[in-house]
Amino acid sequence: MKIGTPKEIFEGEARVAMTPDSAKQLQKLGYECAIEKGAGEAAGFSDALYEAAGVEVIKTPAALWKEVDIIAKVRQPNDTELKRLTKEKTLISFFNPAGNEEGMELAKSKGANVIAMEMVPRISRAQKMDALSSMANIAGYRAVIEAGNNFGRFFTGQITAAGKVPPAKVLVVGAGVAGLAAIGTSTSLGAITYAFDVRPEVAEQVESMGAEFVYLDFEEEQQDGAATGGYAAVSSPEFREAQLAKFRELAPEVDIVITTALIPNRPAPKLWLEDMIAAMKPGSVIVDLAAERGGNAEGTVADEKVVTENGVTIIGYTDFPSRMAAQSSSLYATNIRHMMTDLTPEKDGQIKHDMEDDVIRGATVTFEGDITFPPPPPKIQAIAAQPKVEVKELTPEEKRAEEVAAFKAQTKQQVTLLAVGGALILGAGLFAPASFMQHFIVFVLAVFVGFQVIWGVAHSLHTPLMAVTNAISSIIILGALMQIGSGSFLVILLAALSVFMAGINIFGGFLVTRRMLAMFQKS
Amino acid sequence: MEFGFTTAAYVVAAVLFILSLGGLSGQESAKRAVWYGIVGMALAVVATLIGPGSGLWLLSILLIIGGGLIGYYVATKVQMTEMPQLVAAMHSLVGLAAVFVGLIAHIELGRVLAMDDAEKKALEGFAALLAKKDGVEIGILRVELFLGIFIGAVTFTGSVIAYGKLAGKVSSAATKLPGGHVLNAGAAVISVIGLIWYCNTGGFLPLAIMTLAALFIGYHLIMGIGGADMPVVVSMLNSYSGWAAAAIGFSLGNDLLIVVGALVGSSGAILSYIMCKAMNRSFISVILGGFGGTTGPAMEVEGEQIAIDAEGVSTALEEADSIVIIPGYGMAVAQAQQNVAELTRRLRAKGKEVRFAIHPVAGRLPGHMNVLLAEAKVPYDIVLEMDEINDDFPETDVAIVIGSNDIVNPAAQEDPNSPIAGMPVLECWKAKQVFVSKRGQGTGYSGIENPLFYKENTRMFYGDAKASLDTLLTMIQ
Repeated sequence: MKIGTPKEIFEGEARVAMTPDSAKQLQKLGYECAIEKGAGEAAGFSDALYEAAGVEVIKTPAALWKEVDIIAKVRQPNDTELKRLTKEKTLISFFNPAGNEEGMELAKSKGANVIAMEMVPRISRAQKMDALSSMANIAGYRAVIEAGNNFGRFFTGQITAAGKVPPAKVLVVGAGVAGLAAIGTSTSLGAITYAFDVRPEVAEQVESMGAEFVYLDFEEEQQDGAATGGYAAVSSPEFREAQLAKFRELAPEVDIVITTALIPNRPAPKLWLEDMIAAMKPGSVIVDLAAERGGNAEGTVADEKVVTENGVTIIGYTDFPSRMAAQSSSLYATNIRHMMTDLTPEKDGQIKHDMEDDVIRGATVTFEGDITFPPPPPKIQAIAAQPKVEVKELTPEEKRAEEVAAFKAQTKQQVTLLAVGGALILGAGLFAPASFMQHFIVFVLAVFVGFQVIWGVAHSLHTPLMAVTNAISSIIILGALMQIGSGSFLVILLAALSVFMAGINIFGGFLVTRRMLAMFQKS
Repeated sequence: MEFGFTTAAYVVAAVLFILSLGGLSGQESAKRAVWYGIVGMALAVVATLIGPGSGLWLLSILLIIGGGLIGYYVATKVQMTEMPQLVAAMHSLVGLAAVFVGLIAHIELGRVLAMDDAEKKALEGFAALLAKKDGVEIGILRVELFLGIFIGAVTFTGSVIAYGKLAGKVSSAATKLPGGHVLNAGAAVISVIGLIWYCNTGGFLPLAIMTLAALFIGYHLIMGIGGADMPVVVSMLNSYSGWAAAAIGFSLGNDLLIVVGALVGSSGAILSYIMCKAMNRSFISVILGGFGGTTGPAMEVEGEQIAIDAEGVSTALEEADSIVIIPGYGMAVAQAQQNVAELTRRLRAKGKEVRFAIHPVAGRLPGHMNVLLAEAKVPYDIVLEMDEINDDFPETDVAIVIGSNDIVNPAAQEDPNSPIAGMPVLECWKAKQVFVSKRGQGTGYSGIENPLFYKENTRMFYGDAKASLDTLLTMIQ
């Protein structure tokens, strides 16, 4: 089969879904590769490079869409592109299925299979094709670079002959992939970095990147982010208030704010309000990575850089990955290549669209003339741990009732045991002679004492217990000693052997026990 | 000496023995408890020697000293890792002694019964005791000595096989002769027939047949039990040797034998019960050998085992604050307890919290790991039981699994079809990171796959436990 990548139509989009490197890998899977003329130009991959990698260069998009069986691209396809789809063709691209009803309908009517890269489930096996993460990583890095570009001072603090420079203070809101990448970049540039996230469990990741986690004084059980596929969930109004108060406190201090807070399928929450912007120092920079969904900061304009009255720059670009097209193309192309690897289990250049596979099923939005979005929850819950089953708090009455019931059951059991045991002993007493019963009483009492005593033995001392009971069981020597003096040679021989063996056991058993116990010591 | 004095000595000895077992409830009192046992034993032996009914005391003392020398030699030479074998071997001695004592009782009984009244009057010692018995008492006596020999014989061959399995001289896999439990049942039926026959005739033949049958039962029963269940087997045999002593005590009319036999018997039984409970297995299924049938296919294990080298482990240990070490039989096999202890000392010196998690059935003997760690001078207050530490795993940075497998198998909780489903396990996978020191990719004693090794936070540290720790120690100073 043939896999092809057209030039991106979206204005300003510089990325490309296939690089010469990824083409080589795809060829190893048995595919032929094709690319539209000039598709990689903006990302720094010339047609000559593609040709050198064995990729066929096709002049027009129409010809490319017609000729190939699998189309890999970056941006959500427009109507013209979708109309070029036919049955048997597979499209792999960002698709925004939640907000692209018409697109799905169109693809469905064409009978094509569409795999939406943003729908790849967030499970560990699928990390290698998680294009959202690889793009977010770039966005986070680029956000710091853009901020630095618009920030008039150093990031790192310096004391020079020309004076002292304080270090820049950076606040990253939202410690997802983009946020963590921004934290890493910012700390390595030397800025003092703070980070905030509604999921307290990421504090550790934040600290591992070298930033300081901003904790809220807020007593509420936060939902575990893992339960929502690693994304943040909507927070309560009280929590939001506490959060905003904290930001208000930080606003005058920080020089650079990078906001990355997004909740899946919702407009971006407004977190950096006008009064905070007003409180910031002139020259400060806000980079709003959520600009595409309306922005976290008030005053963000998507795709633009605005400067407020008090001199704060708000950057609302939405094309950070595209601004680093070479890097993002190679990462995205690798994600696509991994997706193809999963789609080609036999490595024979034939797609096997396995709808039983969690990853492929999850990412597929139309399949053989059907819309398959939204997908069912994945079978394997890789990140989300099972929520703990709540133990029902019992009321005092219930507890009491339970205790009484347990006590009754125990009493019943013990009484039955005693009754049966007593009856048996009485029965034995009816027939057995007195001399036997005399010993029998001793026996029963000893068994009883044994049971009582052993329950108290510490678990770690079970081996010494075994050794000591072993030594004690050589009490059998008494029997042999009593018999040794009586009777024939055979009796003496057997008794002597018994005494000898028991002798070994007595000394061996006690010594070993002593050796073992001598080792137990307190620290 | 008077009979009364002997009895008094026996009472004191019995009290001492009870204190000796009860004293094992704590490490410190245990040291005193052994002395109670030793004094009790010495008192019992001396009282018997100077008491009525014993003769040839010089020979007896010589034999005790001879046996004592051998016992001393063995006990001082044995390595701590060989403790399970030693205990099993010593059980076989008690079993055999019980068989002999029972046989003597039979021979003497036959001799005494053949005498007339005048001769009986002239008897002394053990025979005199027998001579006083009337018809019913002789019947009971026969049952008692029959039981004593039976249990003793089962203990003897069973312990020999258990010794062989623990020492690696006999394959530890559960093997049964064709016919399986039918053979055991057959041998048991033969023994019961032998008992009836013997009670009626008092002849030697039924006794001999029964002895052979009992020897076979002991052999076959233990052969059919897999190595993983050996802790239960050893304590079960311990219990048997106690019951054998008690039965002999009845036939000899000796109360101390009865008391001590019953103590040992019941303690062994409880120990077996405690251990079966820890493994979530019924006692019957352990005795009958092999794991019970599963109800469906085992869960598929996803993912792959990821290896790590010593350097990676040492870095993780340097960064960790709290560490839990889970030793298993593999540590004992590799004799790695000294290295583990050294690692513990160094990590503790760095101010890290190091603790040990011991599963009730880790190793091949109850408390096996505790003894090994104690030998390596690991302080016992950082060695914790499963229930004490299981809740702490989520707050643990690094869990190190050294040579254990089934006791850390999450399938016991996650997979209802697993053969070990429901067995309590150490939940080490809840720690942030788990290192598994293991020789290869094989399965544990129960022969089932362990999903722990495939977990995302698990890294496999392949190699012999001792060698691995040696390299690790060079990196952690």
